[in-house]
Amino acid sequence: MATQQDRNLLAVIGDEDSVTGLLLAGIGNVGQDQKKNFLVVDSKTQIPVIEQAFEEFTTRKDIAILLINQHIAEKIRPMVDKYQAAFPALLEIPSKDHPYDPSKDSILKRVQKLFGE
Amino acid sequence: MSGTGPRENIFPTRMALTNTKLRLKGAQTGHSLLAKKRDALTTRFRAILRRVDEAKRKMGRVMQLASFSLAEVTYATGDISYLVQEQAKSASFKVKARQENVSGVVLPAFEVDRVPGSDFNLTGLGRGGQQVLKAKEVYAKAVETLVELASLQTAFMILDEVIRATNRRVNAIEHVVIPRLENTIKYITSELDEMDREEFFRLKKVQGKKKRDAEASEALRKALGAQEEEASAAPDVAGGGGDLLGSKDEDVIF
Repeated sequence: MATQQDRNLLAVIGDEDSVTGLLLAGIGNVGQDQKKNFLVVDSKTQIPVIEQAFEEFTTRKDIAILLINQHIAEKIRPMVDKYQAAFPALLEIPSKDHPYDPSKDSILKRVQKLFGE
Repeated sequence: MSGTGPRENIFPTRMALTNTKLRLKGAQTGHSLLAKKRDALTTRFRAILRRVDEAKRKMGRVMQLASFSLAEVTYATGDISYLVQEQAKSASFKVKARQENVSGVVLPAFEVDRVPGSDFNLTGLGRGGQQVLKAKEVYAKAVETLVELASLQTAFMILDEVIRATNRRVNAIEHVVIPRLENTIKYITSELDEMDREEFFRLKKVQGKKKRDAEASEALRKALGAQEEEASAAPDVAGGGGDLLGSKDEDVIF
């Protein structure tokens, strides 16, 4: 349980606007080894880069919540759906250009499934 | 022997029977406790489920609002994203994990831990400072919603996991452990009964044998006694005294 106390950062993988807004709120953190806790994804970003960042953020020990834009989560959907761990909590957020679609959310999918049963 | 279904490999004795009965009782108690736990967790789970659903929808609206205020900033000051990204040093918006206990399950809940920082104070100094401030506030509110949602979601994940495990255990006890113990008890009882019957039969047999032996020995004794009597009678005859007709004489032909 002690490990959960150390988790106090939020991380974000998102498009430029989402990341800017969240950084304005003050979640940005750059570690001593120049490790950022955010990744800006644009149309030119390669999928392996996103996957690598996702992998890194989910394995880092100081991140409590990982925010990811839904349209980006869509690009690495198999990875996102496979991710089941409780920590860090994975949260799909809407972006400016892509309104939120509850039916795509991996958590809500499970919610729906459970309610359907 | 009741060989139906799996049973424990145990030697059928009275002590084993007592032990197995105790274990069966324990398993039944455990089963009812686990079932209660499962019900409590499920109740909690349903409540959280509903809240997750609500919060997700709320998040959609909040994020829309936040994007809008950022658009205002962009309109007033131009693109600040590069500036903001480069200025990020250490987080002023952090979360703290708190723990909550639901029938033995530790559920973490995140709490916003915000340090009023002076980040980006110079952003929008030329123009649009107000919009930047407003966007900061709106985004902070949005992130608070997100944090709340994240803790709900984490609770959801953990509860889901725990409920699954509990269900597995309940089912295992109900469908494997209890029938096996019952089978074991049946087996031991039947074996003990069988032993009882065997013992009874053996005793009866022994008794019959003893009786027969007793009869045989009695008969032998009688026969011996008769002979002895005869033997003891013979010298009397030789002695000239006694009853000649009292005992049979082989020499007497008629």
